[in-house]
Amino acid sequence: MKSLPRLRAYVARHAMGLTVWGAALVLAAVPLVMQNPYNLGILNLIGLFTIVVLGLNLFIGFAGQISLGHAAFFGLGAYGSAILTATYHFPPWPAMILTALGLALTALVIGVPTLRLSGHYLAMATLGFNYVVQTIFVQWDAVTGGPSGLSGVPPLALLGLEFNDDVKFHYLVWTFALAALTLCLNLVRSGVGRGLAALAQDELAASCLGVDVRRDKIRVFVLSAVFASVGGSLYAHYFGYINPDAFSIFKSLDLVIMVVVGGLGSIWGTLFGVSLITVLPHLVDWFETYSDIIHGVILVVILLFLPQGFVTGLVDLAKIRLARRRLAVRRGQVKAEEIPRTDTA
Amino acid sequence: MGNYLLEITGLTKHFGGLPALSEVHFRAARGQVTALIGPNGAGKTTLINCLTGVIRPDKGEVRFNGGNIAGLAAHLVARLGISRTFQNLRLFPRLSVLDNVLCGLTVAAGNSLPEALLRLPGLRNRERRLMLTAMEALDNFGLADKAALPAAALPYGDKKRVEMARAFVSQPLLTLLDEPVAGLNPEETAQIAALIGQMRLYGKTMVLVEHDMELVMEVSDHVVVLDGGSRIASGTPEEIRTNPLVLEAYLGRMSVTA
Repeated sequence: MKSLPRLRAYVARHAMGLTVWGAALVLAAVPLVMQNPYNLGILNLIGLFTIVVLGLNLFIGFAGQISLGHAAFFGLGAYGSAILTATYHFPPWPAMILTALGLALTALVIGVPTLRLSGHYLAMATLGFNYVVQTIFVQWDAVTGGPSGLSGVPPLALLGLEFNDDVKFHYLVWTFALAALTLCLNLVRSGVGRGLAALAQDELAASCLGVDVRRDKIRVFVLSAVFASVGGSLYAHYFGYINPDAFSIFKSLDLVIMVVVGGLGSIWGTLFGVSLITVLPHLVDWFETYSDIIHGVILVVILLFLPQGFVTGLVDLAKIRLARRRLAVRRGQVKAEEIPRTDTA
Repeated sequence: MGNYLLEITGLTKHFGGLPALSEVHFRAARGQVTALIGPNGAGKTTLINCLTGVIRPDKGEVRFNGGNIAGLAAHLVARLGISRTFQNLRLFPRLSVLDNVLCGLTVAAGNSLPEALLRLPGLRNRERRLMLTAMEALDNFGLADKAALPAAALPYGDKKRVEMARAFVSQPLLTLLDEPVAGLNPEETAQIAALIGQMRLYGKTMVLVEHDMELVMEVSDHVVVLDGGSRIASGTPEEIRTNPLVLEAYLGRMSVTA
């Protein structure tokens, strides 16, 4: 019985790591239970977009900035890998790394002047960037294949094993997704992460505490671009074919909606947001036709009533309410039994 | 280096045509509380803002710990060991009280993105120590039981104390307190006064901007008076209390009873 408190202490201390491993175990077991390739395919898409949206959430959710053009980075990652491997026969893994590095540099070059802007101006700049990039995808058909897209992208392979079906890709993409999740969870619990959360709420106070606001904004922007690039590369190798339609500003808005539904700055919430938005069109038949309108409505409603994002907003409301009730108990205004027990995450 | 940790000379700042500060000289002695008082609009917060890199002075020298820091960016000023509180409270409302105070340890927490992403052992150990330091500060400021609460949920008086804890947790060389008791009732004011007194016992150097004359008289070692952007008087609290120029500047707003 003596080991029980020690076990509890261990669990409390390593709660994050244990949860990630728990999720990993669950995901590892999924293909054994879910045989339907259609469903596995959806789960793979969720995994892909989780990687991209985790990065985006760090930028717009956690650091409080805005990007309405992240599909451009996603697309550049996809086209980068596709062109290098299909046209120039590069080996896929180095191609992915090279593309990610190239995108990091691009994000740096764009970020330095653009991130001086904020609010509407930054939003417009990112929209413009997306539009330019997508136009390049469509017009530069000698390199990108134009509107008909680019095919012949080889699957990824490791030690002779090709990730060329839904089950094998499931393990690949979710390894990447959980790795990305872990990196984000680590960042959020560090000094750098706190600096980002601080600058999102009050740039002046943050800088007076030692946060280099300008540099940190650029750093998180570049990081989110790298995440999007990796997601894009995996996407290209999964489908073997890519086309400019997938990287429009509507896709960028979808990514933002995924962030908002999951909760701005909520790392675990990202999984929820991506899952909901990805699965929705498959649950409701007529969704496809009205998807843009519905997405727009979801976005507006959430931002009106829970501007922190859906999941985060609910959690925050609960936390503040609980906190106020605890303070009231201390002042003898409320009996302790009346407060519901929850663990604040 | 000498007795004075901070020496400001000839500090001048104009906003458009308005002279917010004109050739102001100001010194803060080591281990002492130097108060900066004056009517509203005298330039006190402008001086603090120039000192902390929030705005750039037009002219003048700010010597801190041997170097000139005039015009230095805010985050670099913080890294040199200067911390501050804000007249209108600038907490991070959605972060917990503990996280707010941990933000005060930004400089000590390290700046490397790869180290943070990979959660390397060096960072892990540092985080553990920072957590202890932050909890200790919360304890000193009477906030330990509120550590996990979101800062937005706290009453105003507690919020003021969180900001002070955040300013002192990093063991700064110089702390600027901008109206720390504004809006507080007498009981809360006494608590803040006690905390300032405690910090003074620890040898902390502080600059206190305040309107509450009782507090100024109680905790300051030296008082400087600004009016209309210029320095009009300086001396011990007793000297200032009876200085006719100072009384005139306040036009009877300050009570002179002994």
